[in-house]
Amino acid sequence: MECVFGMVGEGFAVVAADTSAVHSILVHKSNEDKIMVLDSHKLIAASGEPGDRVQFTEYIQKNVALYQFRNGIPLTTAAAANFTRGELATALRKNPYSVNILLAGYDKETGPSLYYIDYIATLHKVDKGAFGYGSYFSLSTMDRHYHSRMSVEEAIDLVDKCIIEIRSRLVVAPPNFVIKIVDKDGAREYAWRETVKDADVAAA
Amino acid sequence: MKLDTSGLESTAPFFGSSHELNDGFSAVPSFEIPDTIDFDGFQKEAVQMVKPAKGTTTLAFIFKEGVMVAADSRASMGGYISSQSVKKIIEINPYMLGTMAGGAADCQFWHRNLGIKCRLHELANKSRISVTGASKLLANILFSYRGMGLSVGTMIAGWDETGPGLYYVDSEGGRLKGTRFSVGSGSPYAYGVLDNGYRYDMSIEEAAELARRAIYHATFRDAASGGVASVYYVGPNGWKKLSGDDVGELHYEYYPVLPSTVEQEMVEVAAA
Repeated sequence: MECVFGMVGEGFAVVAADTSAVHSILVHKSNEDKIMVLDSHKLIAASGEPGDRVQFTEYIQKNVALYQFRNGIPLTTAAAANFTRGELATALRKNPYSVNILLAGYDKETGPSLYYIDYIATLHKVDKGAFGYGSYFSLSTMDRHYHSRMSVEEAIDLVDKCIIEIRSRLVVAPPNFVIKIVDKDGAREYAWRETVKDADVAAA
Repeated sequence: MKLDTSGLESTAPFFGSSHELNDGFSAVPSFEIPDTIDFDGFQKEAVQMVKPAKGTTTLAFIFKEGVMVAADSRASMGGYISSQSVKKIIEINPYMLGTMAGGAADCQFWHRNLGIKCRLHELANKSRISVTGASKLLANILFSYRGMGLSVGTMIAGWDETGPGLYYVDSEGGRLKGTRFSVGSGSPYAYGVLDNGYRYDMSIEEAAELARRAIYHATFRDAASGGVASVYYVGPNGWKKLSGDDVGELHYEYYPVLPSTVEQEMVEVAAA
């Protein structure tokens, strides 16, 4: 029931993911952040087996950082996407990772980009993409309303349309979502869309 | 260092190719696809086969004064209760506790192993390991064994420099940071009582009573949970066992037998 989706706009890319950590019928927590900041200008939104998701994305994050340390310049989004796909492909026939990834990034030369990488190491550069049961609702919504070079307001509006659609139509819809954005100023959290607040530690 | 000889492996097919068009070119390497109907799900099925269910109830939550950890003490093998007095709260070190759900041997062994690693960290770094670090150590070990049939559903609770810490770690490699967790077959029942009665600013006695009550209710409804409800408290000075009550006795404490008025007494039928 994990929902991850994203799209590219004018000078930015936005990704949204649900924030439920679920174990069969139990919701362990509803504020689990599944969009990792890969480096200053890249985001990885991942869905899949919990252990694989965290371990694989951290592995990619550390290798991307290592490249930057060794070579003095960061990887481009395309290079990071191809590296990620390569790691998934290498592991596929031995010790596969069950993780689906949307990699969003911004490069100075080429602008924003979004890469669709699924668990059997498919790689596509896309304008909009989605994973999980939520994709059945968000893909058509995005297909209908998306146009290239949308502004941030239009894109967030479309993201909200998708979230509303998922919430109303998916049988066990996740209550909370997190939205993150990446543009020339970097990768950062944009907003949370919560309907259920976890009783958190007061003095956090 | 082991040399990487994967580049020397031949990609040519094992049997002779009869494609005339491929003269001079090596054929495209082909992969064998597993012979199943459900290609995407077959691996999951294999893993499910070895995965035993976790018959237990354990819970832990963070509150104002620290962390409360509680568990039942029943071990079951299918329908047979093999023990009513299993220690499911494992003392990793004087300020960190781990809970046991899943395979008893797996939990005991890996928690002991974690305790060793924590002690080594202390000796190497001259300071205690954080709960974050300890849980990550365990999660990484369990992740490396994933798919091999380990069954561990544990919570690492402790107090470090940043205050109280609670992590859920399982044998699939998942690791979650949180303030309230319950693990095991009785966990939905425990969540029902725990979520409802939880407040961040409880006293230690209130929190202990909430934990005890949640375990009791889970043992009442879940056949695989029972025995003794143990409650531990982890504070700034380490952990302390607060209580261990038999859930059968707790039942009559919470729901005492009330003397009811007898409406009609059964009398002996006179011999015909």
